Amino acid sequence: MNKPIRTMAIFCMLLFVALLLNSTYLQYVDAGHLNSRSDNKRVRDAEFSRKRGAIVAGGTSVAESRRTKDRYTYQRTYPQPLKYAQLTGFYSYIYGRSGVESSQNDILSGSDSRLFVNRVVDLLGNSRPKGGSVKLTIDPKAQTAAFDGLRALGRNVQGAVVALQPSTGKVLAMVSNPTYDPNRLASHDFGSVQRAWKQLTGNPDQPLLNRGIQETYPPGSTFKLVTAAAALSSGQYTPQTRVQGGTRLDLPLTSTDLVNENGSDCGGSSITLTQALEVSCNVSFGSIGLKLGDAALRQQARKFGFGQTYLGGLDGQVASRFPAHPDAPQTALSAIGQFDVAATPLQMAVVAAGIADGGTVMRPYVVDEVRAPDLSVLDKTQPEAYRSNAVSASVARDLTQMMVEVVDHGTATTAQIPGMKVAGKTGTAQSEPSRPPYAWFVSFAPADNPKVAVAVLVEDAGVARDAISGSGLAAPIAKRVMEAVTRP
Amino acid sequence: MSAAYAAREQAFTHRRRRGAELFLLVLSLVVGIGAYAAVGLGVKGRVPTDIVGYGGWLAGLCLVAHLVVRFTAPYADPVLLPIVAALNGLGLALIHRIDLGYAQSHTPIGPFAENQLVWMTLGVVLFVGVLVGLRDHRRLQAFTYTSGLAGLVLLVLPLLPVIGTQINGARIWIHVGSLSFQPGEVAKVMLVLFFAGYLVLHRDALALAGRRFAGIDFPRGRDLGPILAMWLVSLAVLVFQRDLGSSLLFFGLFLVMLYVATERPGWLVVGATMFLAGAYCAYLFVGHVQVRVDAWLHPFAQGNNAYQLVQGLYGMAWGGLVGRGLGQGDPTITPLGFSDFIMASLGEELGLTGVMAVLLLYGLIVERALRTALVCRDAFGKLVAVGLAVVFALQVFVVVGGVTRLIPLTGLTTPFLSYGGSSLVANWAIIALLLRISDQARRPLPALGDPEDDATAVVQLR
Repeated sequence: MNKPIRTMAIFCMLLFVALLLNSTYLQYVDAGHLNSRSDNKRVRDAEFSRKRGAIVAGGTSVAESRRTKDRYTYQRTYPQPLKYAQLTGFYSYIYGRSGVESSQNDILSGSDSRLFVNRVVDLLGNSRPKGGSVKLTIDPKAQTAAFDGLRALGRNVQGAVVALQPSTGKVLAMVSNPTYDPNRLASHDFGSVQRAWKQLTGNPDQPLLNRGIQETYPPGSTFKLVTAAAALSSGQYTPQTRVQGGTRLDLPLTSTDLVNENGSDCGGSSITLTQALEVSCNVSFGSIGLKLGDAALRQQARKFGFGQTYLGGLDGQVASRFPAHPDAPQTALSAIGQFDVAATPLQMAVVAAGIADGGTVMRPYVVDEVRAPDLSVLDKTQPEAYRSNAVSASVARDLTQMMVEVVDHGTATTAQIPGMKVAGKTGTAQSEPSRPPYAWFVSFAPADNPKVAVAVLVEDAGVARDAISGSGLAAPIAKRVMEAVTRP
Repeated sequence: MSAAYAAREQAFTHRRRRGAELFLLVLSLVVGIGAYAAVGLGVKGRVPTDIVGYGGWLAGLCLVAHLVVRFTAPYADPVLLPIVAALNGLGLALIHRIDLGYAQSHTPIGPFAENQLVWMTLGVVLFVGVLVGLRDHRRLQAFTYTSGLAGLVLLVLPLLPVIGTQINGARIWIHVGSLSFQPGEVAKVMLVLFFAGYLVLHRDALALAGRRFAGIDFPRGRDLGPILAMWLVSLAVLVFQRDLGSSLLFFGLFLVMLYVATERPGWLVVGATMFLAGAYCAYLFVGHVQVRVDAWLHPFAQGNNAYQLVQGLYGMAWGGLVGRGLGQGDPTITPLGFSDFIMASLGEELGLTGVMAVLLLYGLIVERALRTALVCRDAFGKLVAVGLAVVFALQVFVVVGGVTRLIPLTGLTTPFLSYGGSSLVANWAIIALLLRISDQARRPLPALGDPEDDATAVVQLR
């Protein structure tokens, strides 16, 4: 009977080999995947009782873990909750995480592969593993200026500000209002967290939404920068080229006419391109759009980043868009940023930054450095050209000069900064008759050596309809931000 | 047995190796008591105050077992007892750790460790009883049909109205007063004895006599009848009890013993085909089986009732290569982390390293049992040893494979580790039986005065 016994021995050995292989797969190969699943209570508990790294802006923490006496040992705390909520996001036991807390979770929680050596040292030294910290690109002065400027219009004003450093793509400020207090979601009192969550998600003003990157709006007249860029790049136009002015543009295929804001005249039936931008002449840009055609406009928009997502270090950016198949009248409307054109405030800031940087669009990013718990730098984001030739350098120069004229003599005099050349463009976009227009302002300064590019959107300030304009509501906020960055 | 083989056998004498066994036992105690201390350190930050009493009790049990082996089975395999002691000690520490976890979270479950220690003591008592009371395993051959009947009765017991109870969907428990018992665990041993005894008598008839049909030799009905009936009855009982794991176990056992006794691999082919067909039918028609298979295939899908399995997997993944350390994980998240899912608790706190170590210990037990079967001189002993080895290997495979999602999950106890008195006691008895057989197998042949005088070598059966 020994032969079958030997066969059975091999059979039993195979059973055990299968078990060994399978547990190796489970506990080694597949472990990372299982540990990253969101319903894994063990991982979440461990993360919560670990010293999570800080999120730093300038020299101060905007999110940090403090020791507590409850069962999780550490409490996530946001010292400037309202101002930085859209950037830091929240870190909640029940509802997960958002913002940088989510996108940089590996570093903050300490599970990133770049922290492997630290983990081994912690293991050997029998100390609890700690998370690394994340340094944002944010300039606290710019962020404060943007936040205060927006909130000065009212606590519940809906709007967003995005400021970029044109030469690098660093996001210097990103504010969205209405905002929320992430401390309420990070609390370990789960009952109150649930109430806060219900309140926040039930609020029609959507305080959890980061309007700077997660929502698109009709850009209105600020889109004329893209149309002007397409015009200049086509070679058929210079800033001095005479274009159609007057009070109305007859739209082909329709019985309606395109008119100017408040039905005004653009200052003559034939004006220069510079003048047209100065007074934000709908008739001129509508006719330019008709001449260039939708393909040229779409291509120029694409070069500035429309239709793409590119923001580094933060998830959730939505792509801005230019309509795919507009007919002629729709093309004319698109050329002035109406119809189906939609852009995030970030996108409009990128347009301004691209012009400011001589035509090169730098990829915007919010995480400057990630650091180990001992503060040694693990990784520093290198600025990267996203589109090296969105417009040529000469076109960028012409556009800058035209935008300076807008601030000096045109619609954006409210953005003037004494002793400094500012380049800007206002916008007041209609959407539906039932809701107030969107007030926009995009700008950069100083015009001859740009340090900051800003886009401001005021969606609903709760003021009378005729008081809404890019120059009245949005430009002063942009001015504060530009001053905060350029004035030491 | 050829003359040359007999001569070789005679020339080679196994050493007793009792000293080696004692040394290995000390190592096992280091594992068991060390794990207990580590649990105290991990959960409460200090070595448990009762470590001396606990360690002393454990050491005492091991010493008694060792002495009994030394005096009643001096040639027995020296590795089996230390492995079992290590596994049992580790299991106790793990169960104690889960007890502490439940106590910390004020969950009204347990404590189990003290009960388990009592059961272990009973197990060692039975172990001693078997070794002392049974000086020659061949005596058991006389009880072939008795054990068959006993096994059957034990299997039916949980279905009886008053004493049988249904726990977690399977009706495999009996309650007498405050005591609960899983008779299936003992039935397992009884069925091995019955199959072995029966096959020894009928293996020639099963292997040789029969009708050839379609290229396969079918045995005569009168030879196959009783054993097939026995198998059908046990299988039917198990289907009614909805205990899939045991069902698989008994079927595999039956098949392997038939194959070893008749040396005809055809049995395996026929059996495996029957098993696959049966399993597929069960999947199609038995809701309970469907639930298990779906949970196995898609554990993360909504509403697949795989919470326990998924939590076990998370626990093992959380343990990773070296584990969180005893007392540092969250094994209480997994339901039944002290019994059916103790492998998940082990994987979480001792990591892949611990899981592999324990699997290798199980593998060693099986290997030692099969080795015993190889060197055993009588067919009955061979069959019993093979049966016990295979039943053990299959049980480990089914339960560990179920917990680690290699195969669908079925409820079986993890030998020596998981909480459960009947299983622990039965497994100690199995080890005692194996030691008895290996003592017989390794013992030098009695010196026979005259090789011609073969007829005087009488086997005493009673």
